[in-house]
Parts: sequence; structure tokens; C-alpha cells
Amino acid sequence: MSKVNSSNMELDLDRPNIEDYLPTDSIHEPLGKLRLRDLLDISPTLREAGGAIVDDSFTRCFKSNPPEPWNWNVYLFPLWCLGVVVRYGILFPVRVLILTLGWIIFLSCYIPVHWLLKGHDKLKKRLERALVELICSFFVASWTGVVNYHGPRPCARPKQVFVANHTSMIDFIILEQMTAFAVIMQKHPGWVGLIQSTILESVGCIWFNRSEAKDREIVSRKLREHVEGADNNPLLIFPEGTCVNNNYTVMFKKGAFELGSTVCPIAIKYNKIFVDAFWNSKKHSFTTHLLQLMTSWAVVCDVWYLEPQNMKPGETPIEFAERVRGIISARAGIKMVPWDGFLKYSRPSPKLKERKQQAFAESVLRRLEDK
Amino acid sequence: MGSASSTLTQYDIEDVQEHCNNLYSQQEIVSLYKRFCQLDRNAKGFISADEFLSVPEFAMNPLSQRLLKMVDGLNFKDFVIFLSAFNPKASMPQKIELIFKVYDSDYNGKVTFKDIMEVLRDLSGSFMSDKQIEEGLIKVMEEAGYSKDSSLLLDDFVKILDHPGLKMEVEVPVD
Repeated sequence: MSKVNSSNMELDLDRPNIEDYLPTDSIHEPLGKLRLRDLLDISPTLREAGGAIVDDSFTRCFKSNPPEPWNWNVYLFPLWCLGVVVRYGILFPVRVLILTLGWIIFLSCYIPVHWLLKGHDKLKKRLERALVELICSFFVASWTGVVNYHGPRPCARPKQVFVANHTSMIDFIILEQMTAFAVIMQKHPGWVGLIQSTILESVGCIWFNRSEAKDREIVSRKLREHVEGADNNPLLIFPEGTCVNNNYTVMFKKGAFELGSTVCPIAIKYNKIFVDAFWNSKKHSFTTHLLQLMTSWAVVCDVWYLEPQNMKPGETPIEFAERVRGIISARAGIKMVPWDGFLKYSRPSPKLKERKQQAFAESVLRRLEDK
Repeated sequence: MGSASSTLTQYDIEDVQEHCNNLYSQQEIVSLYKRFCQLDRNAKGFISADEFLSVPEFAMNPLSQRLLKMVDGLNFKDFVIFLSAFNPKASMPQKIELIFKVYDSDYNGKVTFKDIMEVLRDLSGSFMSDKQIEEGLIKVMEEAGYSKDSSLLLDDFVKILDHPGLKMEVEVPVD
């Protein structure tokens, strides 16, 4: 946790000013001649530090909210126990069965298609797409997923990318059952990685590695190539770069917004009454997360396909990204915070501290001039 | 309490309340405890420097390293006592004492010219030269009646800093 990721330095070059979002009472302009009291008074800076210790908007983004226990009295407790029995004893085995059945059907169709139709690329692609959509539907069924899709379904056209807010890897599955997207993902270990390198390859996937600083340029290039290919599946990007708890959005990385394509925003909001779909990747593995979902009552969510956006003349990619983030956050009813999601894995750039130091230095020097 | 478990008993709450002179309500102490447990990731009973620095708002504060020295390894009771200086109901001397402690990094009860210069260096980073800081500081100290060789005690700090404009208040969110 103590390594500083140097690739973060580039990310901050043209960030919107964080001061716009943070409490500004420390940046008041003290007037007049500088006195000893003004130099010694570090209370505004201390106040900010104290405020950050007590509560900060970054940690709030990654807090899973455990549901309030409601089973604490003599009448409700047996009901809750019955619920547990139903969920673990009836629903869970049925779901495992459905999922196993789904995998059997999928593999028995996918393997022949993949190997036997080597020559007929167009047909092979179409069948593989349909099969991936099928297995995703099986996954969604295995959590009793109730997904309300709003808005026009995505179509495959060149020069467009889809962006969505990110809560868990199941976001991808939920969107994939409706449309076979190509996706850009962090390479995972274990069985997830295996699926990534075999099945997802067929719909077209781009890998990245968060800890690779050089990776950004390579990934940027791959994104551009994919978007320009007419045959490729529509590309889905999660610009936050990490899973957030579905109450907030963190800053969007500008990579998806500087490809010169139309950006189609998708907003996803999970209904917490049924289950908290946030995947806290630090706490649980994906397998644990899936098991949690399969032993809950249902996964209920809304998916909104929003109006495609183009970069306005004179807009920078960062401004474009923030504008789209605003559209998605407004639709999903979640708040925006000014932090980079990768701060989960690294320290903030020294530039943030430097900005404060610069403001202080300029103010002191200016006031020393006043006679 | 010893090592942090995730439940606070009524005794624990009252004990902490007593130690911070009842500045915090019981609800606020429970909230602070939740926060403490959130930051103390592996339930060690204290928050390590690394865990404080994982809060970006704290890490980017120019005085974070100085404050880290004061909060690193505190158990929950001392954590609350430290934060009580930020309570709106805390007395002015208590607030000024925290400020004094930030300057007095060797804990000898005296703040020298050198100590003040170091804090000013932290606050201004690379945007003021040592010469600029020194000249500015000498000027304002002389105007206030101190010389470069004076050592300031807590009483001097109270005399200099005590004025109604000094606000150092942090509210504890209570859900």
C-alpha cells in the first residue's frame, strides 16, 4: 500500500480543480498587513486535516453498507431463520443447478463452434456473440436478477464507445446479456482470468494492468484500433477504473473520451433493499461475491441507456468526461466526488499538496509587501 | 476496550466521555468509533501511519507528517482526546495547545525561531525560499515584540493567538 504509482502523475496534469469540491473556508482571503498572529495561526490547515480524519469523501465511496439487522425480536427472528433456510437450502441449490445447466449448454455449443467453424469467421462471430449473451443470461438468472432496461438498445456501429458507472464485475454480465460488448478489463487471477482469456477473447477484450505505468499508451492504442474497426463488437468501458459502492461516482479516466468517437453513457443503479451489489475487492474474492449474490433473494437493478454524447467544440477530454459523469450520476441518482479511483491503490500526487503550498506562499508574500 | 472489537459497551463510552471532558455526546463517540474501526483495517486497536495516509484528503495536507507523529499508534481513547480539540465546544486554550504542540516538535515546551521556520517550510513547500521565510518571520516577530532568539511558551501562544476569529471546528457526522 505504500508504493506510489508514478503513472498517477500524468493523470493529474489537467484535473479539474479539487478545491472546487472541497470545503473552501480555509481559502478565505485575509486582508491587510501580516502580523505574527497570522503567520502562527495554522488553524485552517489543521481544521482540514482534522476534518479528513473524522470523515472524508473518498473512503465513503468504498464503504459497503451492511443492511440493518431486522431479525432481533421474537416474532421476526423465526421468519428470518426461515428465510435463511429458503435461501441457502432451496434457492441456492436451484441456482447452482441452473448455472451448471447453463454452462453445459454453453460449452457444448461453444467448443464445437469455436473449433469447427474456423474458416467461417462471420458466422462464427455471430454464434459466439449469441452464446456469450446466453451464458450471461444464465448467470443473471442464477441470482434471480431483475433488470429493468430503459432506453434504446445499443447497436453495433463504428466510432462509438459505451461508458458506465462501475459497482462490481456483475455490471459487465448484466449489460452483456442484452448486447455482446467488447470490454476492457483488469486481468484477474484464477478462474476468472481463465474465462477472460478464453471466452471473452471471442467477443473482443482488451487487457490492462493497473500497476504498469507504460501500459497506458499501449491500451490507448488498442482502444483506438478497436473503435475504428467496423466489424468489432461495441466497446464497453468503465471509466472509473475501479468498483465504487453505487452511492457515488469517482472521477472518470479520460482514455475513453479522447478517441474521437461518440460516447454513449449507461447508468446502472442497484436496488439495495434486495442485496448490496458492491464488490469490495479488498474484502472478498469474486467467488465469495458471487456466492453472496446467489444466496440473496434477488439482484434488482435499473439500467438506463442514455443519449449519445459528442465532444463539444472547445471542450477538453477531461471536461467531456466530467460532463458525461454528471449525466450518468444524475440519471442514477448518485453523488459525484472529485477523487481518482486509483487512489485506492496509491498515494495522491504531490501536486495536490503543492497547490495548497503555493496558495499559502503567495498570500504570505503578498501581505508582507503591504506596509 | 484493549484491542478494537466491533462493539462498544456503555462503560467504554462513558469512560471515553469522561476523558474528553464530556465534549462529545455518546452518539458522537459511537460515530467516531465506527470511523476508527473503518480506518484501522485489521482491528489492531490503533491506526497506523499508512492507514491515515490512505485518506487522500489527509495525505495532501501540508502538515500531515507533523500530525502523523501525534496520531500514529493512538488507541481509541487517545484518538478521541486528540480530536476533542476540534470540537466546537472546546476551549480556546485547548485549541491553542494543539497548535502549540504541532510547532513544538521536540516536546520541550518551547517553540523556537527554528521550530516556526520548519512549520512555515512545510506550509509553503518550494514556493518560498528559506531567506524569504526568515526575513518575513523576523519582521513580524519584531513588530510583535519578540526577537529572533526568543523562545515562545504556551502562554505566549495564547496571548498571540487568542482572538474570536480562531475557529478550528470539525463536526462529527452522526447518522
